[in-house]
Amino acid sequence: MTTETAAVPASRFDRARLLAWLQDYGVYAAIAALILVNIAITPRFLTLENLRTQLVQVAPVVIVSFGMALVIGTEGVDLSVGSVMALTTALIPLYLGYGVVPAVVAGLLGGVAVGLVNGSLVAFVGVQPIVATLALFVGGRGIALVVAGGQLKDVHDQTLLDLGSSSLAGIPLPVVVAAVLTVVVMAVVRRTTFGRRLVAIGGNRTASELSGLPVRRVLLLVYVVSGLLAAVAGTLATARLQASDPSSLGLLMELSAITAVVVGGTPLNGGRVRVLGTVAGALLIQLVRATLIKHDLADSIAQMVQAVIILAAVYAARGAGRR
Amino acid sequence: MTESMTATAAVTEAAAGPTGRERAFGLIQRHGAAAVLVLLVAIGSFAFDRFPTGANLGNIAITSSFLAMVALGMTFVIITGGIDLSVGSVFALGGVLAAYAVRWGSLAALLLPLAVCGAFGLVQGLLIARVRLAPFIVTLAGLLGARGLLLSISNEGATTYLIPRGAVIARVGQGSLFGVGYPVYLTLALFVVGAVLLQRTRFGQSVYAIGGSEDAAELMGVPLTRTKVAVYVMSGLLAGLAGALNAARLSSGVTILGTGMELDVIAAVVIGGTLLTGGAGSVSGTVAGVLLLGVIQNLINQIGDLSSSYQQVVSGAFLAAVVVVQTYLSRVQRLR
Amino acid sequence: MSVPDEEGPLLEVSGVVKRFTGVLALDRVSLELAPGEVHALVGENGAGKSTLIKVITGVYRPDEGTMRLAGRPAEFAGPLEAQRAGIQAVHQEIGLVPALSVARNLLLGREPRRRFGTLDVGRMHREAGEILASYGIDVDVRRPLRSLGVGVQQMVALARAVSVDARVVVMDEPTSSLEPREVETLFGVVRRLRERAVSVIYVSHRLDELYRICDGVTVLRDGRVVHQGPLAELDRLRLVSLMLGRPVADVRQGGVTRFSGGHDAARETPVVEASGLTRRHVLDDVSVAIRPGEVVGLGGLLGAGRTETAKAIAGALPLDGGRVTVAGTPLRRGSAAAAIRAGVALLPEDRKAEGVIGTLSVRENIALAALPRLSRAGLVSEARIDRIVDTFMRRLRIKAAGPHQRVAELSGGNQQKVLLARWLATEPKILLLDEPTRGIDVGAKAEVQALIDELAEDGLGVLLISADLEELVEGSDRVVVLKDGAVVGELSGGDLTEERVMTTIADAGGGTP
Repeated sequence: MTTETAAVPASRFDRARLLAWLQDYGVYAAIAALILVNIAITPRFLTLENLRTQLVQVAPVVIVSFGMALVIGTEGVDLSVGSVMALTTALIPLYLGYGVVPAVVAGLLGGVAVGLVNGSLVAFVGVQPIVATLALFVGGRGIALVVAGGQLKDVHDQTLLDLGSSSLAGIPLPVVVAAVLTVVVMAVVRRTTFGRRLVAIGGNRTASELSGLPVRRVLLLVYVVSGLLAAVAGTLATARLQASDPSSLGLLMELSAITAVVVGGTPLNGGRVRVLGTVAGALLIQLVRATLIKHDLADSIAQMVQAVIILAAVYAARGAGRR
Repeated sequence: MTESMTATAAVTEAAAGPTGRERAFGLIQRHGAAAVLVLLVAIGSFAFDRFPTGANLGNIAITSSFLAMVALGMTFVIITGGIDLSVGSVFALGGVLAAYAVRWGSLAALLLPLAVCGAFGLVQGLLIARVRLAPFIVTLAGLLGARGLLLSISNEGATTYLIPRGAVIARVGQGSLFGVGYPVYLTLALFVVGAVLLQRTRFGQSVYAIGGSEDAAELMGVPLTRTKVAVYVMSGLLAGLAGALNAARLSSGVTILGTGMELDVIAAVVIGGTLLTGGAGSVSGTVAGVLLLGVIQNLINQIGDLSSSYQQVVSGAFLAAVVVVQTYLSRVQRLR
Repeated sequence: MSVPDEEGPLLEVSGVVKRFTGVLALDRVSLELAPGEVHALVGENGAGKSTLIKVITGVYRPDEGTMRLAGRPAEFAGPLEAQRAGIQAVHQEIGLVPALSVARNLLLGREPRRRFGTLDVGRMHREAGEILASYGIDVDVRRPLRSLGVGVQQMVALARAVSVDARVVVMDEPTSSLEPREVETLFGVVRRLRERAVSVIYVSHRLDELYRICDGVTVLRDGRVVHQGPLAELDRLRLVSLMLGRPVADVRQGGVTRFSGGHDAARETPVVEASGLTRRHVLDDVSVAIRPGEVVGLGGLLGAGRTETAKAIAGALPLDGGRVTVAGTPLRRGSAAAAIRAGVALLPEDRKAEGVIGTLSVRENIALAALPRLSRAGLVSEARIDRIVDTFMRRLRIKAAGPHQRVAELSGGNQQKVLLARWLATEPKILLLDEPTRGIDVGAKAEVQALIDELAEDGLGVLLISADLEELVEGSDRVVVLKDGAVVGELSGGDLTEERVMTTIADAGGGTP
């Protein structure tokens, strides 16, 4: 009467269990360990100032990673997020003349438009996600540069700049936005039909189709959401940098986001979205970098450590998936 | 037993022939890039006096040749159904290693990048073929790892190693014959070898078979692990070689090169008609894809007042169009 | 061709045992194959056929038992070694690379080469053309395989298998997608193989074909050999009864799985009417009508089109022709969502691939199809889901650590109940149950059967597909018998016995002996 796993030799079973635990909670354990180590060896680690810096830096990554997590939940991937950030930052100065709100709306619409193209290619044409989003990865930044005339522009609008630099109850605004979005995305995943359906589609597309789910509509929407979130991150980054630089903003962002999502325990083959895990994944990589740099172990080591973390995460996921 | 073979032509292809539309799409997929290339060159020749000059064409050739070398390796990887995101970093790594090793002579400047980058491909290939991790993620980690490695060699990018003008490798990178740089000839030679390897050897057949259907290939006796590892090693070697020669041409190992190059390379390969799902594609298509990107960039430069960013827009649009056609085509074939 | 010296068997499988995580897939299976013998291997789903084939072709290693090929012990580390030893398999689906040309598929791995190891393409095409011509196939060998018809592809696969000095060829459902004249060509090839003393293991459910070309037969059931011997000595009815596991002489009346008594629904108008369902090679003008409160069984052997009929009704199978109406309203063709809205629920045969979403919890799986009813403006009502999940977990007695346990961790029976709950939550008018009790333990099986009965009592129309003949006959008010994708009979009332189902299968369409 018990499950089929009963007959699996104990040692392998335990290993699979360990890997599963690592996939689910390893990222939190790693963060905790890293914080403890830092408290012990890094001077001025536990200062408010340091904490603020770290969080402000990680906020855009977290926001982009949410969109990426949703897309990966459907067994897809969105390579265009960095280009979306570039497009947003290019669009904003063009419309600042009409006020902050139209400018930001224009920037966000840029993200939505990219998402619509990606989503249509994936959902209706049936292109593999990695290829569909590759087209706008290449073209998106080009459009951004064309829109901006290829120039770096300083942004002077005070209202917009406040977005990047002001605080709410001592917490920097970008961090507040990221925190609010964390709650919103968690609610979307858990409490909406959209969230339920997207993980179902990622978990088993055939079963989802047979269960009558609107598979194409959900896929389209998930890429739109990813585009929108990347645009939000682009807006915040523009405000913080006080400049619009479409040639460099968001470079390699797709890699950071994928890393955060994977390290956070969301499996690359879909069917699950771990929102808090994604936040933790982004934080972990930020912490690793910060720690190494604080101790003069430079960026090079940080990147190699990041590579190892990614591989460890997928290895754990793969072992756990074999249960 | 006389009844066995009464109707000799019992089975013929008549009923199963491709439709005209399918054939047209097939042609677009395989030769679309070449056709557009010819068209663009023709337009460019009419529109701009400075376009069809030997110097300009030679310039297109030399700037395209490094991308082409990397794309050659990528073509093999993609035909097996894999992907190699690490090539941009490996390209940069190859350049820095070459510049770093030139102090021990030009041979070292060539061999060190080849050895390290080949080993890099080997590790990735083993993780993909033996441990069976997804190529996408392994080479993503490789992208970071290779860049980390190159930064640690170059003191976090602070040190730029130079290649003295007199070094043999510098002459190889910078010299030219009939107005065309040596690297172009080397690239051509590599593509000829690549084409033979892909079309005319058992290894090439294995590459196609694995990408077409890994399960079937295994049942048909194709050496899966060996072939897969080999394509990632090739990709690493070619990216390293291209990086080393590029450094020789620039006289220094520039650390920031190659960022985002992997996606340009993939774009060129896909535009050239190689299916990202694997199993179909050609080396000649990749040449067309690379040259197409090069010519677009050159033409946009010729127009002058247009920013070079249009190149990205155009190649992105072209990529999207190619992919839509490819997907449509393979869907038509699957439904039959 | 090396023919063994004496008349000993060419392939000898003895006492092979294969277990998968505790489940016994093959239980001391033995098989002898004489040189030039065409041996039929038959059995229903889960009987162990494919496992046995995989053992023979080196895909699996047996846990116990031995194999001998031409008198010598044969142990294969993988399919490659088996192939080198002369055992070739022709699979239904995978086996060739569709994107490669015919010639490359045919000669992959043993292409003619020139000096320096490059391929001699001209010779390759010539050789490939000659090989195919010798089987009566005339195609341009440079064309990609996928551009050819399925029949030709199958012949290429066969030609490839045979041309590599095969001594034993395993053919797995080779005719399932062939046109009649292609079948003739295939049989020609098989006869030619027999002349060359190549042995063939022939897996098929088409009885006519078996009797036409097979010499011996092995019937597998539940991983065991239940019959072995010359095919000519075994009449059709007996063969069917062996496959389905029901003794002809001893068909019990009113066995343990009897659902409750018959439903009196004959007079009501059908809740679902499917008419003229047609799809090439799969369904041929199938019509079924189900009334409220009626359980209609679909009988037939594996591959007869039972699953496809259910899928067609549920809008999950593209059709060439035919229509489905639910409560008088025609359904949009090929739309699962429309069918579900109209009240059709399909419990698919392959629980894992098409049913459960393993990464999600019991609760999420149950709520999935009914989400439109359980939400407002896209927001899911947790309370309503809790209520429904709680109701069904109790009503179906789903054994799980709780509603939040992942479905992948449940036993097969409980997964099946979760799927049933998913569909019942949509308040369907008609339930299509494809093998609802397969692979679940005895206790859960009885529960599911009782439940089906209860649901029909409540006025649901039920379509029941089951390879378990006893379950089918006793659970259904009426059984529609399918063979080779077409309806060949309908049994009800006193005619509805296991024996009649078997004779209908055995006799139908048997124009040829």
